[in-house]
This record gives sequence, C-alpha cells and structure tokens, in this order.
Amino acid sequence: MKISLVGNPNSGKTSLFNQLTGLNQKIGNFPGVTVDKKSGKLKRSDSEIEILDLPGIYSLYPKTQDEKVVYDLLRDKTHKDYPDRIVVVVDASNLERNLLLFTQVLDLGVPVTMALNMTDVADKKGLVIDIEKLSEVLGGIDILPIVARTGKGINELIDHLIENKPAKTAEPFLGGEFDKGQFLIDDPEVRKERVENRYKKIRQVLSFVVKQKTLPKSLINRHRAVDKILTHPFFGYVIFLGVLFVIFQAIYAWSEWPMDLIDTLFVSASAWVKDTLPEGMLTNLIAEGIIPGLGGVVIFIPQITLLFGFIFILEETGYMSRVVFILDRFMRPFGLNGRSVVPLISGVACAIPAIMATRTIDNWKERLITIMVTPLMSCSARLPVYTLLIALVVPDTMVAGFINLKGLVLLGLYLIGVVAALLAALAFKLFVKSRQKSFLVMELPLYKMPRWNNLIVTLWEKVRLFVFDAGKIIFSISIILWVLATFGPGDRIEEAVAKIPEPTKEEQVEEYEKEVSSVSLSNSYIGILGHAIEPAIKPLGYNWQIGIALITSFAAREVFVGSMATIYSVGEDFDDEATLLDRMRSEKIRGTQEPVYTFATGLSLMIFYAFAMQCMSTLAIVLRETKNWKYPFIQLVYMTALAYVAALITYQLLK
Amino acid sequence: MQTLDLLQLNKAVTVKSLSPNGVTSKLVDMGLYPGKTVEVVFKAPFGGPIAIDLDGYTLSLRIDEASLVEVE
Repeated sequence: MKISLVGNPNSGKTSLFNQLTGLNQKIGNFPGVTVDKKSGKLKRSDSEIEILDLPGIYSLYPKTQDEKVVYDLLRDKTHKDYPDRIVVVVDASNLERNLLLFTQVLDLGVPVTMALNMTDVADKKGLVIDIEKLSEVLGGIDILPIVARTGKGINELIDHLIENKPAKTAEPFLGGEFDKGQFLIDDPEVRKERVENRYKKIRQVLSFVVKQKTLPKSLINRHRAVDKILTHPFFGYVIFLGVLFVIFQAIYAWSEWPMDLIDTLFVSASAWVKDTLPEGMLTNLIAEGIIPGLGGVVIFIPQITLLFGFIFILEETGYMSRVVFILDRFMRPFGLNGRSVVPLISGVACAIPAIMATRTIDNWKERLITIMVTPLMSCSARLPVYTLLIALVVPDTMVAGFINLKGLVLLGLYLIGVVAALLAALAFKLFVKSRQKSFLVMELPLYKMPRWNNLIVTLWEKVRLFVFDAGKIIFSISIILWVLATFGPGDRIEEAVAKIPEPTKEEQVEEYEKEVSSVSLSNSYIGILGHAIEPAIKPLGYNWQIGIALITSFAAREVFVGSMATIYSVGEDFDDEATLLDRMRSEKIRGTQEPVYTFATGLSLMIFYAFAMQCMSTLAIVLRETKNWKYPFIQLVYMTALAYVAALITYQLLK
Repeated sequence: MQTLDLLQLNKAVTVKSLSPNGVTSKLVDMGLYPGKTVEVVFKAPFGGPIAIDLDGYTLSLRIDEASLVEVE
C-alpha cells in the first residue's frame, strides 16, 4: 500500500516522516525535476506499507517546483506513485491556512487522514480545537492529534494506518473543483477565486470549531520581541556576522583533525597496499589511483557534516528565514535572492554542500545563478595553494607599519572571490531567461529548539547522497588521471628512462628513483599534455610543469601541492613544503638565470586558482542539482576563461 | 486608497482587494485574501521585505508584493 504525506512547509511533516519510518528511508528523484523523492517503509508494519514524503506545499495549485511535483503526481491516477491513502499533516496552531490544503486534498476523493500536529503549540497559543466537531464538519474524516517533534500520538497514527479502515465517502468540501480526483479548473484567475471561496468556508467552519482562550497573544509577542532584535538595522546584522564567525571558526577548528586522520589513513592504506601486494600495474592502480580517489571523496565528509549540521540548526530554529528576510534587499540587485546568502556563505568552506543548499530557493533563475556563482567563493581547498604560493613569492614586508603583506594578499584573494561571484551573478542575470516572476512570500515560523534525531537523519541523508552520487564521478576521474599520468604513447617512457644513467653507488639510488619518476611523468600522456599547453599558458608566466599541475588540479585544486611535489621530484616529502619551496625557488627558466617563480607568476597563479573551476566534485554536484550537462559545462568554461584572462592581465601588468 | 506597503506598524486593517499579478494567487494561498485582517508587525531595514501578522502567524513579503494589496 502506498501512503503519501502531504502538508505545509513548517507543519512538521518531515518530523512525522522520520517518526513513521526511522532511518529506513531512501531518496530517489522524481523524473525530470530536481526535487528529491523521499520514501520509506512504515515502522511495525508486516505488510508492505510505503510512505512517500511529498515536498511541503501550501496549495494544490503549483507556484514552485515543489508544488509542481505534488500537482503532477496527484493529477495523474496512473502515476506509479499515486497514493492509496493521503495523510495530510495539519499545523493545529495555524489551522486556517493549513485547512486550505487539507480541504483541497479531501476533495480529490482519495482516502484521507488528518494528522493534527503541533497541538502543544496551539495549546500555548490558547486555541481550543473541538476535534470531534471538526471531523464532523469535514464529513467524518479521521483526525489524529499528534506532536511529531516529541512522538506523542505516533503509535496511534501507525495503528490507524495499519488498520487501513475504508474511508467514508464524504461530500466534497467545495464541489466542482477536484471531483473524482480530477483538476477541473485551469484558469489561474478562477483558481484564485476558488481559493478565496474555500478560505471563506473554512473561516465559517472554524468559528464553530475553534475557541480562543484569554491571553491569546503572549506567546506570539515573545517571539516578535526576538524578531525585532534579529531584524534590527544594526544588531540584526551584527548578530548575523557573529553567527557566521562562530560557524567558520568551528568548521575550520573541528574538521581539521578528522581530515588529517582521513588523509593519514588513506596514505597509509596506499603504502600498505604497495608493500603487501605483489608489484605490478594492478597494485599501482589500487595504491595510486583507487585509494587516493576514494580518499578524495571521503576527505570532504567532515566539512559537509559540520556545515550541514550548522545549517540544519539555523533552519530548524527558524533563524535562517530571518537572515533571508534582512538580506533579501542586498541580494536582489545581483539577480539573487535573500535565500542565496546561505549557499554563498557556505561556499567559503566548500562549494559542494553549498550547492546542495540552494534547494531552498523557489525561483529557478535565482537558484541557477546562485549555483553558477557559488564556486567563485574561495573554498577551503584553495587555501593550501594560496599558502604555498604566498610563502613562495610574497615578500615578508609590513604595510603601513603593522599589516603583514602576506596576510593582506590572502584576505585580498578571499575578497576578490566575493566580488567576482556578485559580478558574475550580475552577468548571468542578463543571460538567464525566466518567465517565472521573482518573489519572496515566505512564512516566518515560530522559533523552536532543533530536534537532534532529525539532525542525525538529515546529516546521514546528505552524506550518503554525496558519497554515492558525487563519489562515483570523483572516483572515475581519479582513475582516469592516474592512467594518464602512468602511461605514455608507445615506449616513450621506457626509452626516456633508459637514457638516465644507472646508479653506481648506494646513496645514488634515491636520487635515481626521483629522476625516473620525474622523467616518466614528463613523458606520460599528461606530461605531453603539459608540454602541449605550454604555449597557451606561457603568456600567464607558466611553464610546462605548472601546466601539468593545472591539468591535474582540474580534478581537485588541492592536488596542486602534491603535483608540484611530484613534478619537482621531491618524492616522499609531500608534506614538507620547505623542501618543495626551496626547489621551486631555485627553479630557473631554461638557459637563463631568471627564476621561474617571480612575484608576477606567483600572483598570476593565485588569481588563476581563485577563479578557475578545478573541482570535479563541484561539477558532479552541479550536474546532479541541475540535471543538465549544459550547466556544469558552462560553469567550467566561464570560470576557466575568467581565470585565464584575469591571470593573463595580472602577469602582463606585473612582469 | 491605501496599500499594505505604506501602512504604519501595528495598525490592524482589512484587506480590500489584490491587484492581479503573477504573485497574487500565491498571496491568496498563504491566507492573504480580501476580508482578512492584517497588521504590519516589523520591517526589514533599508527597504527590505515587511512582516505581517495573519491570524497569529507571520508572513513576510517584499514591498513590491505588498503594494499589490489594497487595505482599508
């Protein structure tokens, strides 16, 4: 049996879904749209009862993508997910607005149950609801009072669903609109009139059913007092910046050790494989391709988990909608929406969870622009690249006597990311066409404490989604890169290696091995590619070695440091940046005494890394979220072009 | 004729009509329809959205959207 959960956003539908199914959930997709389809088996049911959690909606007439999904499903009785029963989650503290959707669903004629949620909040608001009478006016439908957040009434609801009593055939609440499950009205104006009529009738019903006790507004007034502070012209923004500061400190501080741990684990796993398995191509593939590839997926998990944890808390408490409320004004000129703030800020940690967080933006155009520009924010993977290059080329001088120039350059790189993201948004605003009108009509829910079991379910879901969906792509690209770096055309690598003089003394062996790996790389497919793009990157101040690092960085930009280390043959000392720094500093342009890494080249490289789309995982997530190859492709092209031009200008001005 | 965007804070009024526009039906869905009593409860700074009270729940909308709502 199929049961669909329908309800307003903020009605506690997701809490109820988690209560009904536990961790036994799976996420699929509705065909052709970006809305996730969450389903799960009902707890305690022997028979197959599947619960489908439909997106939160306010009306059966679609205005947003979420609403369209529900509309398409409920309009089509032959749809494979068409429910045998619908449970409508109704927020008891907001009865009038919630009954709009409920009565629309009731009129579809599918057996329907009302889960009357948040009866505790209604109580605090001083509302007394006569449930029996409400059931009676609505034609004798089943109403089960619950508090989904605490689990009150859930067992009774599960019993009721398992029992599966045949529904009474009630008269439609408002005839001629959804009779026999059909959507009879197409004209938007008539639909609007219908909604108004429905509301009028609901009000009449409510005047019989709901009594308001004394002291009605004290709860609301307390919440409004908090609102006044959080949306204050001065304190509102100060508090917001303070919250951001705390979150970023926490993300950097708490994700460091698990990331180091993961890194160490995968490096030692590679080493173990090399030592244990017999020497050969397969061992190399596992040790140098597959394990680092997996590591590249897993290493993002701590940041994703932390960032989503914080975002979840901001959302559950209701603070996020206040942030959207105070920042909408500043985002609109850029073709963005107040809701774009969350992904843009998250992008400083990592673009992957940031892009996943754009789903809260209703308007497709604004969402797409947000997705397109978010990777311009300097993410944490750029930090090692910046650190290395700043140490290499920026002199240790003080500006105005007390500001460290190195620190200033680093800050500048972050700022340039923000500016670039906003300007790119402005450009996309001109190109992205949309008939959908931009609007921000948003409920500001009451503040509440987050539920920790919901947090666990949400995090589990996000991490699983990332590991499996993006992971597959990152993993395949890593293997391809390994193949390109290991093999060369014909016997080219072998011939080049044969030309290196064999070591005669014991202490020369290590030197010889470094030379071999360097020559092998130079003659591999990727080395040849590095040489091939040299003419194109020469105007930016780069040589073929940097070219290789650029190419390998297209999988993930943090690869840069490792590639540099491999190219400059520092062998095992991957993490010893001092050694690498010395080698890079002493690197001279062929046949001259000019150093390769001048201030101009270094800065040009930093600018390149600030703008270029060098992250397979991000592209994979963009593809997943937009469901169209076009968008990650455009993103790759425009960001790389921007990086090229900006780096070119930087180098030509400074050289 | 007065519209919702020009209304002062904490003054209860009744919605008279909504000018037709792509977003009007969204407002109606959210419970903002003719005959409803509303009140502006707080505003975002610098001409940002406004927050109105609708029977004890808070709805926010942009000034542009509020200007579609005629009240008395």
